[in-house]
Amino acid sequence: MSEVRDPVHVDGEVIVSKKIGAYRHLTIAAPGVPERFRAGTFVVVTIPGHLLRRALWVHRVRESGAFGPTLDVVVDPRGSGTRLLASQPVGTRLAVTGPLGRAFALPKEPVACLLVGEGYAAAPLFPLAERLRERGCAVTLLLSAPDEAHLLSALEARRSARAVTVLTADGSVGQRGTVADEVEALVGRSRPDVVYAAGPKPVLHAVAAAAERAGVWSQVAVEIESPCGTGLCHGCPLPVMGEDGVERVVRACTEGPVVRGDRVRWDAL
Amino acid sequence: MGRAVNRDLPGPVMVASGCGGTGRELRAFVDLVGLDFATRSITLDARTGGLGPRLVEVPGGVVHAGGLPNPGLDHFLATELPWLVRAGARVFVSIAGATIGEYADLARRLSSAPGVAGIEVNLGAPDELSSGLFEVREPYHAASVIAAVRREIPADRPVLAKIRPDVSRVVEGARLCQEAGATAVVVGSPLPAALPDGREAGLGGPAVAPVVWRCVVEVRSALPDVPLIACGGVHDVASARRFLDAGAVAVQLGTALLHDPTTLARLRAQLQEDE
Repeated sequence: MSEVRDPVHVDGEVIVSKKIGAYRHLTIAAPGVPERFRAGTFVVVTIPGHLLRRALWVHRVRESGAFGPTLDVVVDPRGSGTRLLASQPVGTRLAVTGPLGRAFALPKEPVACLLVGEGYAAAPLFPLAERLRERGCAVTLLLSAPDEAHLLSALEARRSARAVTVLTADGSVGQRGTVADEVEALVGRSRPDVVYAAGPKPVLHAVAAAAERAGVWSQVAVEIESPCGTGLCHGCPLPVMGEDGVERVVRACTEGPVVRGDRVRWDAL
Repeated sequence: MGRAVNRDLPGPVMVASGCGGTGRELRAFVDLVGLDFATRSITLDARTGGLGPRLVEVPGGVVHAGGLPNPGLDHFLATELPWLVRAGARVFVSIAGATIGEYADLARRLSSAPGVAGIEVNLGAPDELSSGLFEVREPYHAASVIAAVRREIPADRPVLAKIRPDVSRVVEGARLCQEAGATAVVVGSPLPAALPDGREAGLGGPAVAPVVWRCVVEVRSALPDVPLIACGGVHDVASARRFLDAGAVAVQLGTALLHDPTTLARLRAQLQEDE
């Protein structure tokens, strides 16, 4: 009964490991996963010695020679599991499940799109920008971070986006400032038809609020720790407002991670 | 002994309540046809469950306090149950209530729902008080719930009593539940524990396996005729075999599915080969 879009669980392999700034970029061969990937979906990996799994955003899907299509993921080594993952040498086997969750919805028409991301969690905006560019959409990208070390791939971004703004809180690269300070003005200037966001909760909230004030449709990729990633455990509660006006709590991994920004009950998150 | 006494009972491997999502999420990883599936616990009214974090990893296990999120009985009957039945699963609906009367209402409504293979009665959830559930302090509390449920369910339909793996009370609990009409006893619920912030929670995973094993040994020895289902730390053939060889009719897979959603398919195939 499996369908093309169903996730797969495979024995993967780390084939490249690179430290860029504060993050570790891993290229993983995981047969079947890249072929099913759509921007906004994610993978979960097994960490040796840990029962629960770690969810990772997919930064890029590309051809890696003999390995065929592979996944690039960005690891922020901030807990015991992610530190262990970041330290795995090339050749490490790891169980990969994915792609999981709902992807960003793409506009049917070549419209103007504003993409706002912060830190490693901005990763899914890169494959999204490529898909949008292929569709003829004018892409404006705002990338932000606390400092240069936590800024994700600003140079690569220039390939798919018409205009890129870089913001750091300490001013170490790009403009000094935060998404909350700048997003309103940028929505006004770039006059997008759709706004996409990926990053920590305050960033998503600021973007969703600015979009709503401008009467623009927004989609946000919410990051909540997902213990299993597959929807089995109901352990990643995301409070939303249903279309029917009823407050609900859905699973970030299954009904998300991408949801409409105006549906999230930010005060309850 | 004790295996395959009654094909109406689940076995040899089934999905533990609360670890199989709505069933749809498992479909990518295991064939649902003929799969014994315990649903997450269903209550009369919808419950949003607690806010995060709901699961915290500890060495060898997972501490969890979900607060029983579920869409409520009406929504479950209208959407999730028909989907599971169409997919071919053998559905054991786990039920939880605030009172004995609620358990009886749930059982009555489910007794006439098409495709329900049996009922699993959630007795003694580790976070029963904070979740507003009926408090199972004593084995006879569990037995009173079973008696109320049994009255509503046709005699040929299994009623599973899922009780606490409390070594000092488990034999008494199993005996009273069987006398009250339970077809089989599931040992057991997660061990009572607390999250780092102090909230009531349950501990599951390999860490609890030795406790469940002790319970199974004691119940088998004192009550060899009570069909027993083991739940706690099963993750491979060896851990499943130990319970089955000791006479359990089935094992439930819970935390193992969160770690690797393909565990069930693998275990099913390997146990079949052994037959």
